[in-house]
Amino acid sequence: MQRYSLPAIVLHWLIALLIIGTFTLGLVMTDIPGLTPTKLRYFSWHKWAGVTVLALATCRLLWRLRSTPPAYPGTMPAWQSRAAHALHGLLYLLMFAVPLSGYFYSLAAGVPVVYFGLFPLPTLIDADPALKPILGALHYWLNMGLAALVALHVLAAFKHLLIDRDGIMHRMLPFSTK
Amino acid sequence: MKPLRALALASLFASAFATPFAGAAALKTDPAKSSVAAVFKQMNVPVEAKFKSFTAAIDYDAAHPEAAKASVDIQTASMDLGDPEYNREVSKKEWFNTAQFPKASFVSTSIKPAGAGKLNVAGKLTIKGKTADVTFPLTVKAEAGKQVFEGQLPIKRLAFNIGEGEWKDTSMVADEVVIKFRVTAGTN
Repeated sequence: MQRYSLPAIVLHWLIALLIIGTFTLGLVMTDIPGLTPTKLRYFSWHKWAGVTVLALATCRLLWRLRSTPPAYPGTMPAWQSRAAHALHGLLYLLMFAVPLSGYFYSLAAGVPVVYFGLFPLPTLIDADPALKPILGALHYWLNMGLAALVALHVLAAFKHLLIDRDGIMHRMLPFSTK
Repeated sequence: MKPLRALALASLFASAFATPFAGAAALKTDPAKSSVAAVFKQMNVPVEAKFKSFTAAIDYDAAHPEAAKASVDIQTASMDLGDPEYNREVSKKEWFNTAQFPKASFVSTSIKPAGAGKLNVAGKLTIKGKTADVTFPLTVKAEAGKQVFEGQLPIKRLAFNIGEGEWKDTSMVADEVVIKFRVTAGTN
């Protein structure tokens, strides 16, 4: 079966690892009570990682627009391929919506993002105490939505690997199995 | 040389004996148009925290700027970082220790005119029980019948023990903090 192109595979796994790491760090850092240097360090790292996801997602979307992924096998029911397309579309949407909501949440809190502590990123909105909790909740729930969709995505991939055995998961694995 | 010295002496006397009735005038501050904030860098990210509660007493007469006097009292517990949890944290012992040092204050010792709309201010700044001599430029302009005093005073937070223990790490929170203020005051 035809595999995804190399840039698509590299971007998929890079973004997957970063999303898992950034998501976990987000849960850990918001669980630290009070104010500690570790907490502030984690917040900065979380933001840098989120901005990296946003940049890589942009590359990935551009690549996806110019390189058509391999078609699904004819054995796959139509509803499944529709569901897969819908899920992938939502994952793309959240790859942008999650980091952007976090970025604006930080700006609304009056804390601009300085990428790697070196490059100040644009302050697109002023500090806004009224908007801050709204963006905070939005960032949280978009993340929970992303977590649920990623879980579904992983379950579907393993269903194809272990139950259907149709080679669909192999198309995205970092190494060729044949 | 001599006339200059005489002038300097005269202004010294003027400031020493200045009262609201001679030379300077006590102004009433307008809290709605006044602000004091601390700007610092946290992992290179500029963050501004306002002090929501402070009082400023300014004696100033544009005709006799050298007779001016200023003092500012800031309620350290009123620092607002935009998050109630963080506000509670910075009132603790390692930061402002607001229980023991509820006020930070500035009292001018000399105010000298330095060109149109500019003054050089020297005075004593006390934060967390530590007093330091500071000097900073101040601009003054008339706005809607009132005087607006604006300035920035860079300080080193560690000189005042702001951020003790693990917070002494200046790679986390920079030592330099700029106190930015704008005080609007008028005779009415």
